[in-house]
Amino acid sequence: MQDIIKLEGVCKAYGDHQVLKDLDLSIRKGECFTMLGPSGCGKTVTIRLIAGHEVPDSGKIEIDDTVVADSSTGAYIPPERRGLGIVFQDYAVWPHMTVTQNIAYPLKMEKRPKAEIDKLVKAMIATVGMEGLDKRLPSELSGGQQQRVALARALVADPSVMLLDEPLSNLDANLREEMRFEIKALQQRFGITVLYVTHDQEVALAISDRIAIMDANGRIRQTGTPYEIFEKPADLFVFKFMGIANFLAVRSEGDKYYVGTGTQEVPWPEGPAGTAEKWVVGFRPSDVEIGREAKGLKGVIKRANFLGSTMDYAIEIDGEHLRTELVAHKAISQDLMFQEGEECYITFKALHWFDAKQLEEVGEL
Amino acid sequence: MSSATIKKDSGFGVAQLILLLSIAILVIFVAWPVLLILFNAFFVDGSFNSLDFYRVLTDPETFQALTNSLIIASMTTVGSTIVGTFFAWLVTRTDLPYKNFMKSLFLVPFMLPSFIGALAWKMLLSPHAGYINKAFMSLFGTTEPLFNIYTYYGISAVEVMYLFPFVFIQVCGALERMDPTLEESARISGAGLLTITRKITIPLVLPSIMSGALLIMLYSMAHFGTVAVLGIEQGIYNIPTLIYEKIHESAGSFESIRTGTVLATVLVVTAAIIIWGQQKILSRGHYQIIGGKSFRPMELKLRGLRWPLLLFCLAYIGFTIVLPTVVIFLVGGLNTYGLPFTWENLSLANYKYILTEYDVTKDAIFNSVSLGLAAAVITMFAGVMISYVIVKMKVRGKGILEFLGMLPFSVPGSVIALGVILAWSGKFGINLYNTVWIILVAYIARYMAFSLRANSAALEQVHDSLMEASRSCGATMWQSLKDIVIPLVKPGMISAFFLIFLPALRELTVSIMLYAPTTRTIGVAIYTLNEDGETVMSTALAGVALILIVIGQTLINHFTKKVSE
Repeated sequence: MQDIIKLEGVCKAYGDHQVLKDLDLSIRKGECFTMLGPSGCGKTVTIRLIAGHEVPDSGKIEIDDTVVADSSTGAYIPPERRGLGIVFQDYAVWPHMTVTQNIAYPLKMEKRPKAEIDKLVKAMIATVGMEGLDKRLPSELSGGQQQRVALARALVADPSVMLLDEPLSNLDANLREEMRFEIKALQQRFGITVLYVTHDQEVALAISDRIAIMDANGRIRQTGTPYEIFEKPADLFVFKFMGIANFLAVRSEGDKYYVGTGTQEVPWPEGPAGTAEKWVVGFRPSDVEIGREAKGLKGVIKRANFLGSTMDYAIEIDGEHLRTELVAHKAISQDLMFQEGEECYITFKALHWFDAKQLEEVGEL
Repeated sequence: MSSATIKKDSGFGVAQLILLLSIAILVIFVAWPVLLILFNAFFVDGSFNSLDFYRVLTDPETFQALTNSLIIASMTTVGSTIVGTFFAWLVTRTDLPYKNFMKSLFLVPFMLPSFIGALAWKMLLSPHAGYINKAFMSLFGTTEPLFNIYTYYGISAVEVMYLFPFVFIQVCGALERMDPTLEESARISGAGLLTITRKITIPLVLPSIMSGALLIMLYSMAHFGTVAVLGIEQGIYNIPTLIYEKIHESAGSFESIRTGTVLATVLVVTAAIIIWGQQKILSRGHYQIIGGKSFRPMELKLRGLRWPLLLFCLAYIGFTIVLPTVVIFLVGGLNTYGLPFTWENLSLANYKYILTEYDVTKDAIFNSVSLGLAAAVITMFAGVMISYVIVKMKVRGKGILEFLGMLPFSVPGSVIALGVILAWSGKFGINLYNTVWIILVAYIARYMAFSLRANSAALEQVHDSLMEASRSCGATMWQSLKDIVIPLVKPGMISAFFLIFLPALRELTVSIMLYAPTTRTIGVAIYTLNEDGETVMSTALAGVALILIVIGQTLINHFTKKVSE
């Protein structure tokens, strides 16, 4: 597939703080691409560089095979000539203009005929479900409605690419869920390329065709489909970033792998690829199978919490701790309602090996 | 298929152009005149000479003026701080009746130009001719006046009356915005009200008190009107009045210019130190505890003192505002100064005369209004541009502008006046001396600070993303400025306009140094008519000025209310 946005060796620093270093990125035409990373990792800077609100210190940016910024030649095309739609975290809806005026603005800048502007704006207002609110000022709209105006304004001139910078982070949880499906629907309907930036992995998984995971130093750790990112994390950072995770320390003796300080082997068919002595196995609470019959690792229930629909257990295995959860009615029907202090056995449905050194590197997220 | 495609060809350096223009404005109007003053103060015949600077400074007359400035400013500062803090505390932290009304009443002194106040007090308390002193002497049969206004105490007292709102506003704001939980937690910990006030409240509002006090200090050091009206007769000069006297009596001789520049340098340095101190105080960390939100603070029950204290406040306002104003209007109506206030001696004839027949006053009103309008419009637009560069733009060389932008805040009026004389008297090709233009140039420099402050505040409110959004919607920088930024900072621009127009209407310090016979402003006309013994005409004009000011202020209040809605 054809790349519509290409970044090559892009660097950007603010004073002494190097935000982006040698960033390479390519986004394919028509896909919904998400950059996912912790706050302050440089994803917003990336969007601003693409939009032209920042100039890269070095490197090259191309949109639609046109160089829009290149530090080696000094080329720079200002934002208004890049033909992009952009939606900001704080909506950036102009407070002195009505809904109609806001949405019509990009068309007015293109000097389209008035009749055409009216028609397109009307259609766009209907598309984002704002009928009847067209004469209102932003101060008379809710946050979600303002975000719809911002979306409509970004889409109305039919841009080749739409950039969205954490557009949902100021909305409440319900609205956020609703809006993310609307954005996805709009993207598919208009067949537009979307670059979406967020720190919320749920949104990223829900709407993306591909996701790039960025770490706090502005490096891309992995790029792939949501499935690849979630199920085949390239490294510990990606794994940890994509949800609550358990880690058990493992030591290797010969070709055997023991949990913690004890003598129980890791109940998993494949060992890690490597020769390190200290390893870590990572898994999600939902990947743990808990039972009473002697199969897998033996542990002790340290804490049992009934959370309504689920049971939440904290388990100790040879000095290592993990958390797991299971559906409450399954726990009841299968006699898995453990008391604190009881023994239990666990096996894994999925498991990832990581070098213990990596864990120290990544640190706390 | 997308219709919006990338268009090549990059724009020219609009950002650099605006930056250069902004720098040019500040350099031409503010920095250059100040530099000329410093140059003339330190360079004699083209070579550096600090010994001569010292000689001028220690000249008995100059030295006395410096001391006087310091004495008067110190007394004014202490007095205003006490008065301002006390009233601020009363209207925010006690259950004084009609608190909100009293609060707005305490801001009224701002409207009364202090030199008009001084004029009124001269008529009330001059040792032998003042109405109060005359009444006192005839009542008790003595020849000793009750109070002589022509003294340090008299001058400072008059300045306190009209300057204390500087402290009042600052302290009111701080007391209202202070998080009451800070005091409540002290109370829960068992502290009494006195301990809380001493250990919590006062330390927290101290930065505001200090910052207001420094503002007054700066204002008083460089203040012309009150000292000119009340001091000169007794030989009490301060820095600005001595500069004026020197320039005037010698019609701009070299020696007098030198004395002027040395005195002005002292003022500039003092102002710089004061501004620096104020910034330091305001940026101290614990000031942050006072947030932007409004809280309902703890109130002290005044109990039996409620009504007596209200009476005291009313009496204070009556004595410092109502009494002088009434005297102005009454004297302005007298047929001849010195006659008793009886119906047959009073008429509107003076007012009619100065408004319709007397050229001096008619010119003065026309000059002041047109100068005020011109200065307000020009400075408003220049200010919005400069503030835009400082607040919003990311261009190389902005640091220079940020430094230059600080200058207008720290250059007192008399310094600016002297500076424009040096810069625009033909030495550099353009001679504006004795024309109305030189006053306009000085007004632009003088009021740039107001415009920068109002416009910066408005621009801070306009989030960067609003402009970025319009750029990404296809608008060029100019279009974005026109469609997005200007409409959104309009309230700031309007308030800048009025913040300049009103003070310019009543301005004296600058125009007194620059006027020619046909270019008097209202302030100059009031002052010179009074000096020439035309007391009733001068006072009648003062009355007209007061009415203009009240109308203007009402318009502002009306406008700013509408804008905030």
